[in-house]
Amino acid sequence: MIEMVPREGDRAAAAPPPLVSLRGITKRFGTLTANDHVDLDIHPGEIHALLGENGAGKSTLVKILYGLLEPSDGAILWQGEPVALQGPQQARALGIGMVFQHFSLFENLTVAENVAVAMPGDLPIAAITERIAAVGEEYGLVLDPGRFVWTLSAGERQRIEIVRCLLQNPRLLVLDEPTSVLTPQEAERLFVTLEKLAADGCAILYISHRLEEVRRLCRTATILRAGKVVATIDPRSVRAREIAALMVGVEIGEVKAVPGHAMGPERLVVKGLSLPPEEPHGQSLREVALGVRGGEVLGIAGVAGNGQGELFAALSGERLAAAADAVRIDGTAVGLLDVTSRRRLGAAFVPEERLGHGAVPDHRLGENALLSRHGTGGLVARGFILADAARKLAFRIVDTFDVRKEGPDPRARTLSGGNLQKFVVGREILREPAVLVVNQPTWGVDAGAATVIRQALVDLAARGSAVIVISQDLDELFEVADRIAVIHAGQVSEPRPTRELTREAVGLLMTGALDESALKAAEEAGVVHAS
Amino acid sequence: MRLELVPRATVSPAARLLAPIGALILSFALGGIIVALMGRSPLTALDIYVLQPLSDPWALQELVVKATPLVLIAVGLSFCFRASLWNIGAEGQYVVGAICGSALALATHGTEAGAWVLPAMLGLGILGGALWGLVPAFLRVRFGVSEILTSLMLVYVAELMLDYLVRGPWRDPKGFNFPQSVGFDTAATLPILGDGGRLHVGVLFALAAAAVAWVVMTRTLFGYRLRVTGDAPRAARFAGFDERRTALAVFAISGGLAGLAGIVEVSGQIGQLKPSISPGYGFTAITVAFLGRLHPLGILFAGLVMALTFIGGEAAQISLRLPFDLTKAFQGILLFCVLAADALVSYRIRLVRRGVLAGRAPA
Repeated sequence: MIEMVPREGDRAAAAPPPLVSLRGITKRFGTLTANDHVDLDIHPGEIHALLGENGAGKSTLVKILYGLLEPSDGAILWQGEPVALQGPQQARALGIGMVFQHFSLFENLTVAENVAVAMPGDLPIAAITERIAAVGEEYGLVLDPGRFVWTLSAGERQRIEIVRCLLQNPRLLVLDEPTSVLTPQEAERLFVTLEKLAADGCAILYISHRLEEVRRLCRTATILRAGKVVATIDPRSVRAREIAALMVGVEIGEVKAVPGHAMGPERLVVKGLSLPPEEPHGQSLREVALGVRGGEVLGIAGVAGNGQGELFAALSGERLAAAADAVRIDGTAVGLLDVTSRRRLGAAFVPEERLGHGAVPDHRLGENALLSRHGTGGLVARGFILADAARKLAFRIVDTFDVRKEGPDPRARTLSGGNLQKFVVGREILREPAVLVVNQPTWGVDAGAATVIRQALVDLAARGSAVIVISQDLDELFEVADRIAVIHAGQVSEPRPTRELTREAVGLLMTGALDESALKAAEEAGVVHAS
Repeated sequence: MRLELVPRATVSPAARLLAPIGALILSFALGGIIVALMGRSPLTALDIYVLQPLSDPWALQELVVKATPLVLIAVGLSFCFRASLWNIGAEGQYVVGAICGSALALATHGTEAGAWVLPAMLGLGILGGALWGLVPAFLRVRFGVSEILTSLMLVYVAELMLDYLVRGPWRDPKGFNFPQSVGFDTAATLPILGDGGRLHVGVLFALAAAAVAWVVMTRTLFGYRLRVTGDAPRAARFAGFDERRTALAVFAISGGLAGLAGIVEVSGQIGQLKPSISPGYGFTAITVAFLGRLHPLGILFAGLVMALTFIGGEAAQISLRLPFDLTKAFQGILLFCVLAADALVSYRIRLVRRGVLAGRAPA
């Protein structure tokens, strides 16, 4: 049973009145109701979680709270007084600070300059440098004010955003999915900072879909589903699976391993694969070496922006390697072959971005079936498209992977993220590829669809394919992968069997401790099981 | 206070079809206001510009003759524009096509060369236009130069080249020093359709080009490749469609068709090379392509509409003494209205009263 935290009663009597209260907040976009009579109280010194699936309405609610959107209905009370936020400046003036999921920083400016542009008034850089140091000292936000932003990791960039907020003395700090770009160690440091802030009386609204960190950090969690508040709970007293069920609305299954299937020979072999960056400040690949056997799922973990996109481009043939034998598929050197030739040799690929990369948003599913399948038989004859065959293939994908859609052959952009992802993954899996490379298979996908996709990947490997899953989601990798390697700064570590690894060990590798001596130290420290 | 364009949630197909028609009506209204400001009656102007050409059989034939180069060029441009590549230099490809085809006509002038001359001229016209079109495409794929600038600048190179040829080496020695070549022989002239009319065989080329383009665009993998490249470039890369080859192909196609239009016009209509062989067909065709929604059938219709502005413009010069620049201005107004109508079909305008500066927050 779910234990509801009492809204009124002893705690409310003892606690100070809420810093901010949302009352009946409703936001409609055309026919879509993104927020439906949402009530939410945040008290000073409280770390309050806002939990929900992608599309549950979290971002909309936060944008209303920050003055970026006007609610269609409902009121915002600041210390009991109704306020009508006319924009972010007014929200900031009240004392609301916001750290967005996507940073807004100037790559070619230094840390201090980036902070300076956000500060009201004309403070000299020296004064700002001093204040950055002071705030950093107080809250453990270590930053070198003179460094250029493009040299910094995602965790450091996030610290700039937080420092920017803290310098304006916020009374409420809102963080939108702050750990999505962090290693476990960086996340832990962030939690320490947030706890210190809360202890000093700052209220924190913490938006996430990750249960574990919410349980670690928060005592109150408001769960949104389809725009409505479905429960307000103490996340520590409720089991993770029950919280997940509240978020999704149904009990979600677990990915089942397929026992006892044999490992075949290596089907995908990568050796000495290097690639220069495509754009300034881009990531290069350095001497990547990998081997994936038939029957195996190889997971590649890593913090965003460490070369995952480049690795995908090099494996798929969207970018060609320097030498033919840098990539081999079933023994054939394909490093200099384009993506269509690699598909003809049995490889299949799913890119990170669904809309605009894995599918054309304004094209119908029938046409999108053609996107990756036009070169592998059955859909094109003498340069002419067999439109019926393409539509039939689309329908088969839709049936096999339970893709929910409106109309017989809708445009790709009308599908929800999870359903389109099932289509894009299904399009490749139905081919029974020899090798499948997937980048971020369940990014921004609801839990139900994520389970379907992960199970399909595991099953495909069990039928003898070699599968590479590039993912930032460690839980996902521990669920599906037989071995895990880590990509950091364009280098890929030696893959290790998943059962010998812990999340902490992978997290260490994600911060760049690639060499064996660092691993040894970690083993001695007890975070890695000796193999 | 400022204006914002907000994407519409749903766009009705009817609105998409009606948008060009609305644009036509609006641009006629604006044209009428300009005519009134110039002190002429807008109704008389409408009569002379539109109604008289449409009610006169001779003018109707003239309409089709003028629409022919517009349709040929616009069909070619639709390949480029579909793939989001911007060939603005069709006028230059038209001129180079005319020069290359004419070179053969002039070389065989006065000889007993047979029926092979005309097809070879057309082939040379296509080849010349295609090569001229490939220059900006090559510069783009090799050095990343904007094809918009280079294709446009090459127009002036082509025009000066033509100017030099007809004033210099190709000038008719018996032409009283006029800057023009000798008249083409019959073997180098496009045959007339039927008896005594104005329609030449080039009209059939325009119809054929539109029909072939329609099949290629909707039924073939190549057409699909162009649509994917235009709608989602990264998806095109994922599909294995090499962006460089696509660029070279569409510039060769549109250049080739513009070159064909050039030689068809010179050999079927003008009969000799002159410094001015186009009233701006290559630029007007851009409007034709968009007014026709990049669809071959739409382009046929739009070609006729724009041809009407040329013919009406000539008539208005004579009977109302309105300058020909007015026609060009009207064509510009029409393009603006078409583009605006397209934008308003997909977006709606919102008036933002308070000056919210989003600051560092993403919108």
